[in-house]
Amino acid sequence: MKFTLDWLKNHLDTTATLDEICTALTDIGLEVEGIEDPAAKFAAFTIAHVSDAVKHPDADKLRVCTVETNDGTKQIVCGAPNARKGMVAVYAPVGAYVPGIDLTLSKAKIRGVESFGMLCSERELELSEEHDGIMDLDIRPEVGTPVSEVLGLTDPVIDIAITPDRADCLGVRGIARDLAARGLGTLKPYDVPAIAGDGDTGRSVFLEFEDDANTPCPYFVGRSVSGIQNGASPEWMQRRLNAIGSKPISALVDITNYVSFDLGRPLHVFDAAKLKGNVGARLANPGESFTALNEKDYTLDGTMTVIVDDSGVLGLGGVMGGESSAVSDATTDVFIESAYFDPARTGHTGRTLSLESDARYRFERGVDPAFVEDGLAVATQLVLDFCGGTASPMVRAGKPPLRNHVIAFDPAHVKKLTGLEVEPGEALAVLRKLGFCAQGGDAPYDIHVPEWRADIDGSADLVEEIMRLKGLDAVPTVPLPRAPGVAKRTLSVPQRRERTLRRTLAAAGLHEAITYAFISDDDAQAFIANGSPIALANAISSDMTSMRPSLLPGLLRAAKRNLDRGLANVSLFEIGRVFLGSGPKDQPVQAACILAGKPGVRSWRGATGSYDTFDAKAIALQGLKAIGAPVEKLQTFAAISGATPSAAYHPGQAGELRLGPKNTLARFGLLHPKFAKLFGLDGPVAVVEWMVSGVPQPKTASSTTKRALVLESLQPVERDFAFIVNDDVPAQSLVRAIQGADKTAITNVAVFDRYDGPGLDPGTVSLAVCVTLQPRGASFTEQDLEEIAAKITAAAEKSVGANLRA
Amino acid sequence: MTDATQLQTDIETQISGADTLEALEAIRVNAIGKKGSVSALMKTLGRMTPEERQTEGPKLNALKRDVADAIAARKDVLEEAALAAQLAAEQIDATLPIETQPQGTIHPVSQVMDELAEIFADMGFTVAEGPEIEDEFHNFDALNIPAHHPARAMHDTFYFPKKKDGSRMLLRTHTSPVQIRTMLNNEPPIRIIAPGKTYRSDSDATHTPMFHQVEGLVIEEGIHMGHLKGCIEAFVKAFFEVDDIKMRLRTSFFPFTEPSAEMDIGCSWDGGTLKVGAGDDWLEILGCGMVHPRVLEACNLDPERYQGFAFGCGIDRLAMLKYGMTDLRPFFDGDQRWLSHYGFSPFDMPTLAGGFSA
Repeated sequence: MKFTLDWLKNHLDTTATLDEICTALTDIGLEVEGIEDPAAKFAAFTIAHVSDAVKHPDADKLRVCTVETNDGTKQIVCGAPNARKGMVAVYAPVGAYVPGIDLTLSKAKIRGVESFGMLCSERELELSEEHDGIMDLDIRPEVGTPVSEVLGLTDPVIDIAITPDRADCLGVRGIARDLAARGLGTLKPYDVPAIAGDGDTGRSVFLEFEDDANTPCPYFVGRSVSGIQNGASPEWMQRRLNAIGSKPISALVDITNYVSFDLGRPLHVFDAAKLKGNVGARLANPGESFTALNEKDYTLDGTMTVIVDDSGVLGLGGVMGGESSAVSDATTDVFIESAYFDPARTGHTGRTLSLESDARYRFERGVDPAFVEDGLAVATQLVLDFCGGTASPMVRAGKPPLRNHVIAFDPAHVKKLTGLEVEPGEALAVLRKLGFCAQGGDAPYDIHVPEWRADIDGSADLVEEIMRLKGLDAVPTVPLPRAPGVAKRTLSVPQRRERTLRRTLAAAGLHEAITYAFISDDDAQAFIANGSPIALANAISSDMTSMRPSLLPGLLRAAKRNLDRGLANVSLFEIGRVFLGSGPKDQPVQAACILAGKPGVRSWRGATGSYDTFDAKAIALQGLKAIGAPVEKLQTFAAISGATPSAAYHPGQAGELRLGPKNTLARFGLLHPKFAKLFGLDGPVAVVEWMVSGVPQPKTASSTTKRALVLESLQPVERDFAFIVNDDVPAQSLVRAIQGADKTAITNVAVFDRYDGPGLDPGTVSLAVCVTLQPRGASFTEQDLEEIAAKITAAAEKSVGANLRA
Repeated sequence: MTDATQLQTDIETQISGADTLEALEAIRVNAIGKKGSVSALMKTLGRMTPEERQTEGPKLNALKRDVADAIAARKDVLEEAALAAQLAAEQIDATLPIETQPQGTIHPVSQVMDELAEIFADMGFTVAEGPEIEDEFHNFDALNIPAHHPARAMHDTFYFPKKKDGSRMLLRTHTSPVQIRTMLNNEPPIRIIAPGKTYRSDSDATHTPMFHQVEGLVIEEGIHMGHLKGCIEAFVKAFFEVDDIKMRLRTSFFPFTEPSAEMDIGCSWDGGTLKVGAGDDWLEILGCGMVHPRVLEACNLDPERYQGFAFGCGIDRLAMLKYGMTDLRPFFDGDQRWLSHYGFSPFDMPTLAGGFSA
C-alpha cells in the first residue's frame, strides 16, 4: 500500500517528521517497506536553457547544443528531434545517475564532438513513458532550479506492507487513524457529502440470490449522474495517483481509484448509455463468460458473483468490471455502483480465475460494510465537482451486513496477557481513538467494535490494539521461569539415536546431504515394488512431483551431479523421512548412504580399487552398532525385502541385516548395474539403507551402573581350523555352528581366509576359521582342547556338512 | 713367553681383525669351541702334575675367559655396526604426502538444529516432532486459519489429490501443526521446540519449495508477552553468541497468535559482510505471539486458565546468518564441495560447556 506524505496529511493533522511517521508505522504493525523521496531521487537534475543548437557536422539526426546550466555553459550533443535554440530543458551533469536508462553519465565524445552531460526525456527520469523528445518546459524557471521543485515532485512516497487482517488500512484514512491513535497528531474530521439527488432515479437495482440474506452480496446501492463531461481529473489527484503508481486515465476512472486508495472503498462507474434496464447482482450461470476491463475473456462458474443488467454479465462482483459497459471520453451519463461483496467468495473467484485487482484485494480482506452508501456519496460528489451533471436519488437493494460486535473487556487483561502496565482510562482512550466505543461504568466494559475492524474478534484482539499503540518497547522483558537446579535431558531415545547415527557416519567419512523430499515420478516409481508413488496435486516441476519412498533416489541424483562435476569420490548420507503412505505412521525416519567413484585418492601407496558390498556392510553395521542395535544377534539375509524392489540391488552382492526373521534393520550392497544406469551412474555403487525405527528401544534401566566386569586372569587361546564346505554354504552358518559348539569357552570366531582354487573339489570352498577360547578358572589341558576341537568339528559337520581340510 | 701367551696374542689379533659376525663366530669356534685351540690347551691340564696344574690351571682359565670377553666385546661392536648399516639401508622419504583418514561433515541445518535443541534444553524445552504430510485440521483449521481466509491462500500449499470424503492431505506449510499435536496429547505445562521440514510452492533465489523451520511453544499459567520477549532475547543472544544485541519487536499478524509480533535484530553490512547484533539495518528473524484463544480451545485447553506463547523461525535462514552462506539453493543440492566447506566436524557437538557454535 503506497501513499504520499501530503496525502496522509489530508487526513492527519500532524507536525511529525517523515522519519517519526515511518518509525511509528513500522512499530504499530504497518511495516514500512520503502520510502521514495523524489527530491532526493531527482537531486542531480536541474533546469537548463538551450542558448544554441546546431546540426552535428557528421550526423544528420544529432544536434550540438550550447546549454546554460548551473555548472556554467556546457556543450551537449543531443539526438532529440525537438532540441532547439531557446528551449527550457532538464539537464543531467556528468556523474549523474539517470534512472530510466540505468546509467551514470560520463564525459563522452559523440561522432568526434565532445558532450558534457545530457538533456533528459520524461522516460529517462521515469516520469512517464514519453520518449519522443527531450522534456520541453513551457515555463521559464531560472537556470539551476531543481527539477523536482518545478514539477512539484516534492512529496515523499511511503510504501507499507499491510498484514491480511488490516483491511481498514487499505485506505489512507485508516492509516491516519492508526497514527493518530499512536499520538502522532489528530485525525481530521471527514464530512461525507449529503447528496439529495434530483429527479428520476433512472434505473433501480436488485439482488437475486437463493438465500434471504443475499450472502454473496448483501448490499448494493447505486445512483445515476447524467449530463456529465468526462475529461482529465484535477492535477492534484493525478499527481497523487501517479506518485503511487496508478496511471491517471480519466476523471471517472481516477475518481473510483482515488476513493479506493483514499478510503478503502472500491466502486464501479458504468456508462449508462451502454446499460440495458436495471442493474443487480446474482451468481453466475455456469459457463457464462464476459470480457473484463483488462480485455481478457473469462468463463465463469456458479460460485462467482456477477453484476448484470438485462443484456447479461457486466462485471465480476468485487473483482473487475467489464469492457462492454466501460466509461470513455464520450460518456455523458453514468451509473455509479457501491456494494458489499463477501470476502471469502471474492477471494475464491479471484484465485480461480487468477485475476488480481485493487478491488479484489480490498473486498477479500473485508471492506467497511457501514460505508457502502457513504462511499457512493463521496464518489458522486467528486463526479459532480469534476464532470458536472445531475445526480439522481440513490437506489438500493438488500441491507448492509453490519456485525454490531460487542466485546466484554476488562483492561486488566492487558497486563495479564502482555505484562504491560496500562491505566484503564488510558486503555479505553486508545480504543476510542481507533473508533471503538466503550460503554459501562466499571470493568468489564462493553466495547463496540467499529464496522471497519472485522479483524477484531475477542478481548485478546483489544489487548493487541492497546499494546501495539503503546509500543512493544513498553512490554517488560521477563526471563522465562526456570526450574531450580540443572536443566534436565530433553531428547527422546530416537532423537538421540538420530544424532549419534549422524555423527557416526560423518566420522566414518560420509558427508551429510539434505535432498528434496519430493522427486520425479520415475525416480519414485523405481523404488516402489508395488503400487504408485504419493503424488502432489499441484507440483511446481516435473522433478518434484512425488514423495520419496526411499532416501536413495535423492542421493543417487546428488551423486551423479557430483561425479559430473569431476569429483572422483562421492560419499554421501542423509537422514530424513520417507513416505510409504500419507498417515502419520507411514512417514518413518530412515537413513541411507551412497559410496560411488573411487574410494580414497590415487596415491603412491597403491591402487584404490572400487567400492564393494563389504564396504557397505561395514558401514551398515557400524551405524547399527552406534544406535544400540544388538549387532551380535543380527543375521544377514541375501534376499532384499520390503518396499524397495529387489531389482534395485545386485542379485548376488547385497543383503539385509535382520533382527529375527522379519525385522530388517538395514539393507546393504551394490546397486544393480542396470538400476544404477537409470540414474546415470556407471561402475560399482555401494549403498546402505537403515530402517532406524526398527532398532528396539532399550529397556528402561533403573540404574545408570553397568553390569560388573569380570576379567579373566588367564590368557585366551587361539585355534585355527580349515573347513571344506559346499560353496553355497553361507559363511555365517558355519560361524554360527561353531559359536554354538561350546558357548562357555568360545568367545570369538573369525573367518580369516576363503579359498576356492586348485586342490579343492569343484563346488567346494575352504573357509579358514580362527576360534578364540577363553579358559575360566583353570588353564585348558591338552585333553580339554582336544574335546573342544572335536565339538567344533562335529557341530560344523552337523549343521553345514563341513569337513576339516586334510 | 709360553704357548698360552702366544696363543692369546694370536687369537686377540684375529678377533680384532674380524669384520663380520660370521668371521667372529668362526674364530670363536676355532678358539673356545669343543675342538678349538684354547680348548685343546685346556685338555693338557689333565696330563699335568698337581703342582704344574696349580700354576697352569689359573693361567689357562684366564686365557679362556679373556678370549671369551674379547669375542663378546667384538660382537657388540659388530652388531652395532650391522644395525647401523641396516637402518641406513631402510631410509625412506618421510616427506612423501599421505592422506589422513577421510572425515565427513554434518549439514549446517542439522548442526543448527542441534544448537537449537541445546540452547532450548537449558530453558526446559523438549524437542517435538510431527508428520510432514499433514491434514488440513492440524495445519490450518486448528490454527484459526479458516478455509477461505486470505492467510490460507498466502501459504502456497502443496496439496495431495482430494480423497473420496472431500478432504485432502497436504505438505505442512509450517511446523505449527506440531503445536496442535502437542497440545492435544499433553497436559500443560508445555515447553517444546519443533524443528523440521516445511514446504511451500514457491521457488526463487531466496525461496526453495522445501525449507526448515523451528517452532517454539510455551503453555503455562501466568505466561505473558514479557516472557516471550525474555525467551527469544535469551535465545538470540545464545545462538549468535553476542552479549549485547539490538532487537525490536513489531506488531504483526498471524491467525494463530493474538497479539502477534515479528522480531528484528540489528545488523550491518560493512564491506559486504553481515554483522549481527548492531548496526543501522534490521533483519527479520522470527514471528511470534501469544497463542490465540481459539487455538487453545481447538486443543481442548481453557483459555481462561492457560495462556502461552509461540514463535517460529527459519532454520536455513538462521544458518545463513550465523555461518555466512549467501544462497539458499545449494543447501539441498548435495554438492560435496559445498558440504565439505560449510559442513561441520562430527566432533563439533554443541554443548552448554563447549559453546553453541562450531
